Amino acid sequence: MSITVVNISKKFGSFEALRNINLTVDTGEFVAVLGPSGSGKTTLLRIIAGLEYADAGKILINEKEMVSRKLRERNVGFVFQHYALFKNMTVFENVAFGLKVRSRKLRPPRGEIAERVHELLRLVQLDNYAYRYPRQLSGGQRQRVALARALAVEPSVLLLDEPFGALDARVRIELRRWLRKLHDKIHITSIFVTHDQDEALELADKVVVMNTGTIEQVGSPDEVYDNPISPFVFNFLGAVNIFHGRVHDGCAHIGSLKIDSPEHSGFANSAAVGYVRSHDIDIERTTSNGSSIPAEVRYIHRIGNIVRVELFSDDGKETIEAEITRERLNELGLKSGEKVYIKPKKMRMFVEDYQI
Amino acid sequence: MNDAIKQTIAFVKSKKAAARITEPLPVRIILTSLALLFVGLFLVVPLVSVFTMAFNKGMEVYFASLVEQDALSAIKLTLITAAIAVPLNLLFGLTASWAIAKFEFRGKYFLISLIDLPFAVSPVISGFIFVLLFGSHSLLSPWLEAHDIKILFAVPAIVLATVFVTFPFVARELIPVMTANGNEEEEAALTLGAGGWNTFFRVTLPSIKWGLLYGVILCNARAMGEFGAVSVVSGHIRGETATMPLHVEILYNEYNFTAAFAVASLLAMLAIVTLAAKKFVEWQSTGRFAPLVEVERRISGSPEVDS
Repeated sequence: MSITVVNISKKFGSFEALRNINLTVDTGEFVAVLGPSGSGKTTLLRIIAGLEYADAGKILINEKEMVSRKLRERNVGFVFQHYALFKNMTVFENVAFGLKVRSRKLRPPRGEIAERVHELLRLVQLDNYAYRYPRQLSGGQRQRVALARALAVEPSVLLLDEPFGALDARVRIELRRWLRKLHDKIHITSIFVTHDQDEALELADKVVVMNTGTIEQVGSPDEVYDNPISPFVFNFLGAVNIFHGRVHDGCAHIGSLKIDSPEHSGFANSAAVGYVRSHDIDIERTTSNGSSIPAEVRYIHRIGNIVRVELFSDDGKETIEAEITRERLNELGLKSGEKVYIKPKKMRMFVEDYQI
Repeated sequence: MNDAIKQTIAFVKSKKAAARITEPLPVRIILTSLALLFVGLFLVVPLVSVFTMAFNKGMEVYFASLVEQDALSAIKLTLITAAIAVPLNLLFGLTASWAIAKFEFRGKYFLISLIDLPFAVSPVISGFIFVLLFGSHSLLSPWLEAHDIKILFAVPAIVLATVFVTFPFVARELIPVMTANGNEEEEAALTLGAGGWNTFFRVTLPSIKWGLLYGVILCNARAMGEFGAVSVVSGHIRGETATMPLHVEILYNEYNFTAAFAVASLLAMLAIVTLAAKKFVEWQSTGRFAPLVEVERRISGSPEVDS
């Protein structure tokens, strides 16, 4: 079942939550909508589910128009950030709810419901907890119950609103890998909303990056990480360093640094900003003419095998963070206060929009 | 042996440590006995005296004054009034708190303060509102007379006044519970294909039932015990428009103390039952179905508050 979003717009008062959103999710795809808070990602998900109405635009699920349909007719599974389990019902009753409230004609017989519920509970590995109440479960278990409950009505699509947002770090990683495996098993078209880039990059087939009510970029996790099309996407996916400089005739100049930037061949001496990921910066003891700039080591943070080195560029204008391995650190024997040279291995230039 | 001594020493030390962070012993004794003295003087003594006065002339007189014609009709009227006022306010409380907790609309805060109005004004004034509305000099009176509808100094006015005075109870109890519960469970039910009725009866109602029951208990206690507003609109017609609290007053004014206290003892028993029921609901709601947020509890209006 595919999902197509056509020109969706939504305003809350004077605040534009969504502006002309267009998006296609293919059958069986697992899509992450990634963005900071306030970017409209949850609103988009709620509009697809029918929990919110769009001011303009269309939602198609499996080629069928959905906007005119009521929530209960859309047949979507929705998983909430804070689980939204029915507190007064056991795990079993929670999962069975969607089947029990069906009209008499469509309701499966009692035994069939029980069978289906237990099957789903086995799927989410909670069959032993069927007669517990939600408050007797841990956060991760609750979210799995919520998932089983959403799947019980055999939805055509599954929508997850920050499904791991309320969990602690370790459970979050465990549960998201489990969810990915589950998806590989049942292949239900799914959209999940998250503000955690690791989650999006690790889980999704396709990542949709949103900012201030618009879609910035859509692509595979590798695509959006390796080739961000805007400064925002670059900034949002991973730690990044910013260098101010100029581009001139296909060449970027940042201080003494000269880097080829063929896509800017048409620009003549325009202000530009260079983006370099922390792990794309190497630290060297000696200068290699034209491809490195001098800097001073300020702090060295050791985080397990990764070492973050904070540096000050020579002109004192920019703080630079480099991420190197512990091995490399020992090789260099760095100490704070030392003069070194930094060498960006990969830089992406964006010409500044405005003219000064 | 040695271990036992060590344990005892440790125990005494921990006791001493605990004592250090609480108030000194004399302060605790003074505070506790002051509280007990007040409770005794203002609650226990009056309650006991109501029952002693009621049974002053023996069991027979006590029961005779309860089954006497006027007393029976007063009990009946009180029950009828409560039977109309409580369900009405239950319905009103549910709808009002639903609207306030789940939706944003213009005039929401005005509505919240309006709900509190009957708490804010004196019951006597509440009664006078109805006198002004339905009395012989009111705008409505020619029309009412033409249609031969009697509201003032009759049962309808008593019911209206009681509904007015008791309408904040259920709503006030439910608004914080519903606000704390939020919308998510209802939204989840809707995405699972449940309709409005199913969502309300299977999801919303179970999650608010203790708050609702609590509000109903308080509402009922006040409906049966209301004196001020009812006194203004009832006209004090013996055997016709006298509720239990009014009947107590009539008997008392006639120096029929034993009968007055006998009927009063019924109201006192209602208060005790209400308190017990309230405690039970509180215990249930913090036990099995603990609400997410501590619900704000007000001091209960006991039935005699107005008399």
